[in-house]
Amino acid sequence: MATELPRKQAVVVGVGWAGGIIAAELTKAGIEVIGLERGQEKTVDDFKMQKDELRYALRYDLMQDLSKETITFRNDQDMRALPMRQLGSFLLGTDVGGAGIHWNGQCPRFLPYDFEIRSKTEERYGSDKIPADMTLQDWGISYDEIEPYFQKFDETIGTSGEDNDLTAPRSEPFPTPPMKETRALRKFKNAAEELGYHPYQVASANLSEVYENPDGQTIQACQYCSFCERFGCDYQAKSDPVITVIPTAKETGNFELRTHANVRRVSYDGEKTDGVYFIDTRTGEEFYQPADVVVLTTYVMNNTRLLLQSEIGRPYNPETNEGVIGKNYCYQVMASAQGFFEEERFNLYAGAGALGAALDDFNGDNFDHSDEDFIHGGIVQITQTGIRPINTNPVPSDVKSWGKEFKEASLHYFYRTLTVASQGASMPYRYNYLDLDPTYKDALGDPLLRMTYNFTEQDRKLAAHQTKRCAEVLEAMNPDKIEANEDIGDYDIVPYQTTHNTGGVIMGGDPETSAVNNYLQMWDCENLFVAGASAFAHNSGYNPTPTVGAIAYRAADGIKKYFENPGALA
Amino acid sequence: MADEQETGGVTRREFLKNSGLVVGGAVGGTVLGGVLGRELFPAPQQGASPEEDTSDSGNGGAETPDYTEARMFFKREEDFRVLSAAVERIFPEDDLGPGAIALGVPYYIDKQLAGGYGRNAREYMQGPFFEGAETQGYQSGLLRQEAFLQGVRKIQQESESRTDDAYFDAEEDTQDEILEAFEAGDIEMEGINATTFFGMLRQATLEGVYADPVYGGNRNMGGWRLKDYPGAQMAYIQMIEEDEFVEMDPISLHDHHT
Ligand SMILES: Cc1cc2nc3c(=O)[nH]c(=O)nc-3n(C[C@H](O)[C@H](O)[C@H](O)COP(=O)(O)OP(=O)(O)OC[C@H]3O[C@@H](n4cnc5c(N)ncnc54)[C@H](O)[C@@H]3O)c2cc1C
Ligand code: SF4
Repeated sequence: MATELPRKQAVVVGVGWAGGIIAAELTKAGIEVIGLERGQEKTVDDFKMQKDELRYALRYDLMQDLSKETITFRNDQDMRALPMRQLGSFLLGTDVGGAGIHWNGQCPRFLPYDFEIRSKTEERYGSDKIPADMTLQDWGISYDEIEPYFQKFDETIGTSGEDNDLTAPRSEPFPTPPMKETRALRKFKNAAEELGYHPYQVASANLSEVYENPDGQTIQACQYCSFCERFGCDYQAKSDPVITVIPTAKETGNFELRTHANVRRVSYDGEKTDGVYFIDTRTGEEFYQPADVVVLTTYVMNNTRLLLQSEIGRPYNPETNEGVIGKNYCYQVMASAQGFFEEERFNLYAGAGALGAALDDFNGDNFDHSDEDFIHGGIVQITQTGIRPINTNPVPSDVKSWGKEFKEASLHYFYRTLTVASQGASMPYRYNYLDLDPTYKDALGDPLLRMTYNFTEQDRKLAAHQTKRCAEVLEAMNPDKIEANEDIGDYDIVPYQTTHNTGGVIMGGDPETSAVNNYLQMWDCENLFVAGASAFAHNSGYNPTPTVGAIAYRAADGIKKYFENPGALA
Repeated sequence: MADEQETGGVTRREFLKNSGLVVGGAVGGTVLGGVLGRELFPAPQQGASPEEDTSDSGNGGAETPDYTEARMFFKREEDFRVLSAAVERIFPEDDLGPGAIALGVPYYIDKQLAGGYGRNAREYMQGPFFEGAETQGYQSGLLRQEAFLQGVRKIQQESESRTDDAYFDAEEDTQDEILEAFEAGDIEMEGINATTFFGMLRQATLEGVYADPVYGGNRNMGGWRLKDYPGAQMAYIQMIEEDEFVEMDPISLHDHHT
């Protein structure tokens, strides 16, 4: 029997960026919140002595322990789904702060096109442009409506960046100026300009200068230490939830944070929820936390899984194309070109997670797709995140991968290789979805989430197009040799791509085709809000977190409204 | 004064200036404890080669043995010798510098196998087990400890059947051919295919060459020196904008340890 705890006004499940933002906003408004986080407490003292590639980048010290919980995966319905036994393609976060601790901090906003993608695509190219099995939807909100929330997120984290004609328009300038340039970045920008494109410095949460946010939290200046992607910041210079929204929530006195609390179920009487059930992972004891409002911010995988397990909302069925929970799982379609420079050695050991230059000439609908048989595109960028010696051993493809020849080439090319890459947008497809696995269980005996996902024709064409664009810019940078592969093959869960998983609990304007409204309130359960990239109806050609942040601020507004005036908000 | 000394990277004073941190100002505990209290300068390395270690070791000049170089996992001498010979073929000593053995890679792998890595501690190891598609990743119930033991013994067997010699006594060409056969998946193994095992062996070798010396490989940061990799530096803000390549002496986690 679950031990019942004292009732709270709101319970936030999962305390990363999304959970932290919502907790901060609600507690500032005087609402009593408890945050339940399955992982441990993390403080800035945990991020000292992190300059250890093996421990953090290869053994995934800060990421989810898969012996306790993972997902299963198959490319299509004819395959048997098997567990993701080791981390690879994406690196799930855990502990207080979630993946916000070990993210890079690249901070682009999605484009106005993204939020009304179906309408705008049909308007410009006609409805035939969208293939029948592409379950493309508008998000139920326009960019203009969501812009103030983007602005809030930028002010909270102090985003460093510069304006550009092709990025999403901003109501206010960036809170802090762009990061420094390196030789590699200058080379990229010069080449892009030569070609008539519009390069800019990537928007960054590795701050260019010391910044105090509107909540009074201070973020230090980035030291370009290069132990950034997959690491916590030694200097409090990478905006993360532990130095911003979580202390803000705590300082109100209205926030209780409970760690080692693994939530398994959300109560539901067919109309509303009354709280959540969780296990204290240290003792195995079960608790019930009652609350007036429940907020799920456990990332894409567990937001979807908790709803399916709790039987809230209609599970998606790809055969009938009905139902919503698990629908429109999307990812990122990566493309790249690698250049080998015999005469130049770049200081690539130095860098920062969000140090980069980019162009959006081939992103969103910034270019004409009339003669293309795909829609959308992707950011084209060069990043200097700081290469490390175990994971970075670039050699031309005709070099054997071990032995004398490999040793020589990998030493030679270590600082002589630059990559131009595109994070391509990912369009939803009827047969790419999430549901519960019939066979495999987590350590508590609950079914794992099952992912059915492969690249589609749209993705392959987009990747081929973006590869050419990457190679074109790289060519103008004058390398001695370029290697690029246009064929992305089948989606493979082994090599790291991005932790930009999206969908499963998507937002929209119609309860028939979406799970939550544009306040991220469940259509089928008015006091349950589900926030995170799970709400994305597709994934854009960018990193997701500013958009996660924006919709989290939007959800917080919705929850405050709900406390004032309960009922459906849309 | 130590505070003024060049680290090849950043001096402590420069570092504090550039980071905008002021002593006595409103600085978070981690920054003070983490930066000021930390030794930024390379200390003499245990077991350093004579030309690099000019300091007196403090025990009458005799070299201190490295007590960490003993086996924790491999019980049979022969297994360890096969492993050593194999990793040396993957990352051989040559004109450019030390190979896997001189860098301590066999000890590194031995230590790793004795711990969580060897037991796949943070991976999903519940059944049922099925052979999957390549896109589904590792699907064996075999622990790395078991895979490595089986693997090195298969290497040895293969050598004995091809040449009558132990693998570590075979000609380099033969040693390479045997590894190529594993890489190509031409050797029968139980519970794992030879290509996967070879991939693990190759990866573990690179880890041993380049992981921080605290793990027992990359002896005296020799792996990093091969690549001109500066290791666990505190910061690069002072040179990030440089056009020219900037070389620095590497430092390790040991240098940060207070
Ligand atoms: C290496 C890496 C680099 C990245 N770089 C970038 C980048 O440059 N730019 C960008 O925009 N994005 C980046 N991302 C993605 C970014 O980190 C995520 O978008 C963001 O952190 C997601 O925040 P979230 O709060 O939605 O989820 P998370 O941060 O995953 O937080 C979810 C929290 O919920 C907890 N939880 C899960 N299940 C339960 C449960 N059942 N009970 C209780 N608690 C639970 C988890 O432990 C976790 O703390 C990167 C990610 C990684 C891994
Ligand atoms: S690169 Fe900058 S933001 Fe990233 S961890 Fe280092 S100091 Fe922090």
